[in-house]
Amino acid sequence: MDRDEKRERREVFMTVSGAPIKRKYGPEDVADLDYQRDLGDPGCYPYTRGIHETMYRGRVWTMRQFAGFGTAEQSNERYKYLLEQGQTGLSVAFDMPTIMGYDSDHPRADGEVGKLGVAVDSLADMEILFDGIPLDKVTTSMTINAPAAILLAMYIAVAEKQGVSPRDIGGTIQNDILKEYIAQKSYIFPPRPSLRLITDIFAYCAEHVPRWNTISISGYHIREAGSTAVQELAFTLANGMAYVQAGIDAGLDVDSFAPRLSFFFNAHNDLFEEVAKFRAARRIWARVMRERFGAQNPRSWLLRFHTQTAGCSLTAQQPEVNIIRTTIQALAGVLGGTQSLHTNSMDEAWALPSADAVRIALRTQQVLAEESGVANTIDPLGGSYFVEALTDRMEREAQEYFDRIERLGGVVAAIEAGFQQREIADAAYRYQKRVESGEYTVVGVNKYLIEEELKIPLLRIDPDVQARQIERTRRVRRERDEVEVRRCLRDLEEGARGDANLMPLILAAVKAYATLGEIVDVFRTVFGEYRERAIF
Amino acid sequence: MERTIRVLVGKPGLDGHDRGAKVVARAYRDAGMEVIYTGLHQTPEQIVQAAVQEDVDVVALSILSGAHNTLVPKVIEGLKREGLDDVLVLVGGIIPEEDVEFLKKAGVAGVFGPGTPTSEIIEFTRENVKRK
Repeated sequence: MDRDEKRERREVFMTVSGAPIKRKYGPEDVADLDYQRDLGDPGCYPYTRGIHETMYRGRVWTMRQFAGFGTAEQSNERYKYLLEQGQTGLSVAFDMPTIMGYDSDHPRADGEVGKLGVAVDSLADMEILFDGIPLDKVTTSMTINAPAAILLAMYIAVAEKQGVSPRDIGGTIQNDILKEYIAQKSYIFPPRPSLRLITDIFAYCAEHVPRWNTISISGYHIREAGSTAVQELAFTLANGMAYVQAGIDAGLDVDSFAPRLSFFFNAHNDLFEEVAKFRAARRIWARVMRERFGAQNPRSWLLRFHTQTAGCSLTAQQPEVNIIRTTIQALAGVLGGTQSLHTNSMDEAWALPSADAVRIALRTQQVLAEESGVANTIDPLGGSYFVEALTDRMEREAQEYFDRIERLGGVVAAIEAGFQQREIADAAYRYQKRVESGEYTVVGVNKYLIEEELKIPLLRIDPDVQARQIERTRRVRRERDEVEVRRCLRDLEEGARGDANLMPLILAAVKAYATLGEIVDVFRTVFGEYRERAIF
Repeated sequence: MERTIRVLVGKPGLDGHDRGAKVVARAYRDAGMEVIYTGLHQTPEQIVQAAVQEDVDVVALSILSGAHNTLVPKVIEGLKREGLDDVLVLVGGIIPEEDVEFLKKAGVAGVFGPGTPTSEIIEFTRENVKRK
């Protein structure tokens, strides 16, 4: 063999996260691996191979496309379309004013109503949003954090109006405020009262809404903000541990709420790195829950997760290529054993998805589930030298981050010191430099460019949405029992100042048609608002 | 010697997508410019006040919430009211092509979409900055 045949294309091969990858992996890389201890059969501790005995042979993952725009009527129509196309669960996107706790007629909402999701100001909007959708038949995920308790209360109220008991509704609220401070930045209140709202939800749902996933502890947004795969894994699981500790500190039995905790991860371009991340996440969580927190119920040990393909990987250039990226990312989620999946649409670097684009995204999942054969056996990559070595490395490097966060005084103290935010910003900048230098290829952006005009039709939000939404909310305020609303808001304020569980008080307020903005204002008065130190 | 270009990187609106703003702020700093980053959730008035106080040459706005047609003209009107007509205003983010013309008519010098290299933004800034 001459020298040229041994030469490689580049000096170092790296994942999209910048982790070095060897030419080959072999038995020496998994010498310490013990099958029962480190992997276990599917459905067995520590669940590295999957949380169910049958996985997709029993039931394939839930296909759940995140959707919402404009008014409640428009989004309701989109949900019905998606259900007709074979989608199996709903996922609601709210607009920025709703997410930030402002009614649509607040000055800060100007220009933002209905743009990134659907506007919900009061129970009246929620009634329209789920009109004709039986809430005992579908499960619904709601991407809402700081005001999560309010939207959950509205959902419960709509279910009751449909004659459905809260005991029979299923779904998820994101309700993960820690990653908001770290990455997505849709926070309203400071950490301590925010955590109280969250543990109030844990306690209330354990008793009254037992099928509800009370939190979706999310790495998705951490990754979108530019983190590496390891950072996503480590910061998310560290947040998860902080919530468990907060629940225990609030006096709850760990097994009363831990089975309803769920997770939400990103699936980025690097197929094997992502699969290793998902497998490591399950193993770490099972060990932490059983060994550190002493959970007895095996359901408390299970890391159940939703996956969304990486929005940040999508390109505005040659958007059709995004279908291919999304396919590979979705495959990573499936090979990693996800419980539900959102596949991004090809047009999302430009706008919220059009109905045609979202249909193709859903078809991608259907091809994976029903044509490709990848759902026929569980954890098909288990035992691969490479994937097992990567899984171990993920776990090890995550542990290093847990230790660093611990030394900083825990998750909240680390956030207040800007630790996670800076780690992510550094990684985002390193990635940008790798793309600009050509070291990392982004097809259509730094390689294989073409002259092009955008040909795909984009969804435009009707500019009248804001005016129509404001009109409805003002009508709700005129027609409701104002005395009752004031009474509910006073009770809520009193509850917030004390230590009552706030969920029943919020439920009473939403049923009286108090608006989201009014309820959040009560909390703003009592809890104050969080401000972050702007670092870059 | 020319004075160092001063850039205000502003994040108006309610969304928290600050990855792009922070990457561009760092790239400006690495290119030798002085950078002030407003942080998130700023009103147009707050951005104008920061531009006045920091005496900047460039206001670079990052918007990914779809509210650009509402927020950007408010910033530009505010700058004019404060006599800062000669400040270079740039917009980055997700801006549909049909809105680019609208923003340029409103007084935006450059609009930079997804995938733009930071080197292109820096070069454009150097070539077009009016206050020296």
